[in-house]
Amino acid sequence: MIRSEVLRDIAPVISDQLVVCNIGLPSQELHMIDDQPTTFYMLGTMGLASSIGLGLALAQKKKVVAIDGDGSVLTNFGTLPTIANNVADNFILLIIDNGSYGSTGDQPTYAGGKTSLAAVATACGCETVVECKAEDTKQVLQAALAADRMTIIVSKCESGNVKVPVITLDPVAIRDRFMKQVQA
Amino acid sequence: MSIHSRIVDDLVANGVGFVTTVPCKQLAGVIEELEGRAEIHHVPANKEDEGMGLCAGAFMGGKRSAIVMQNTAIGVTINTLATLIQFYRLPLPMLISYRGELGEPVACQVEMALHTKALLAQLHIPTYHFHRESDVEELDAILKHCFMCNKPVAVLTDASFWKGY
Repeated sequence: MIRSEVLRDIAPVISDQLVVCNIGLPSQELHMIDDQPTTFYMLGTMGLASSIGLGLALAQKKKVVAIDGDGSVLTNFGTLPTIANNVADNFILLIIDNGSYGSTGDQPTYAGGKTSLAAVATACGCETVVECKAEDTKQVLQAALAADRMTIIVSKCESGNVKVPVITLDPVAIRDRFMKQVQA
Repeated sequence: MSIHSRIVDDLVANGVGFVTTVPCKQLAGVIEELEGRAEIHHVPANKEDEGMGLCAGAFMGGKRSAIVMQNTAIGVTINTLATLIQFYRLPLPMLISYRGELGEPVACQVEMALHTKALLAQLHIPTYHFHRESDVEELDAILKHCFMCNKPVAVLTDASFWKGY
């Protein structure tokens, strides 16, 4: 499975959840598969999906799913100790780990080499870390949403992309409709 | 009242409930005050762009947020300021220690001090410079301005303001 297939698989599970989606192809793919006002699409700022998601989870009670990538977590590695030390049991970080920088041409990341993001998250102090095969992501995510426990999921999938249009929604429109859903 | 509690009082009075910090020697007193306040959810960040991400999330979650950091962080956060805070029109008060001004003992700090105001001006970020202790009297109005216009706003606080390095 590649990332877009993982997203297609989990879309029904997250359609009514607050979602912060990573920059580039992940946001474009999720937008194409199932655009929801409960999704905050990142149009820029590589690396901050997990930080935005954690801030959102700490500030209010609804569940938050941050969809991140291995390359983006690597670029903001400081996020993992912050997550571990500021526990929000309404927060799930889903790292779709395809071992490559998908949006920029599938250059390999170190997470596809010797570095295990699950082991790093554990070493940082994250208490519930689940590494799973791409095919099991939906089930693991459903369990995490039911558990009321901060969970880091590392979904190991294959590298590869589908053709997808860019998001033309205005950023302020994305933010406005998202905040209305947060408050609803 | 200490300058530190005065600053945090103004944040609280303006509804700020979430603050991220990356330490600077000049900001130690404010950070300690933030940590001790029940009204403030204080989350120390490892890097300032990470902190701005946390602030963006907290704001969308209904809590006004602010960041406390050193001016060297302007170099770290330009992309985040432009593509997250400004692009999505998020208000973000930034309380910034202005290292490298008069009284600075560390020569390297002068290098980023020389670029600080130019970079903030290039980004069209409203910028206020606290030099004398009485300048803190403007903080309340600056915070109101920030949340009125939904922009990042910089408050540069130099060594003279903090009465030393």
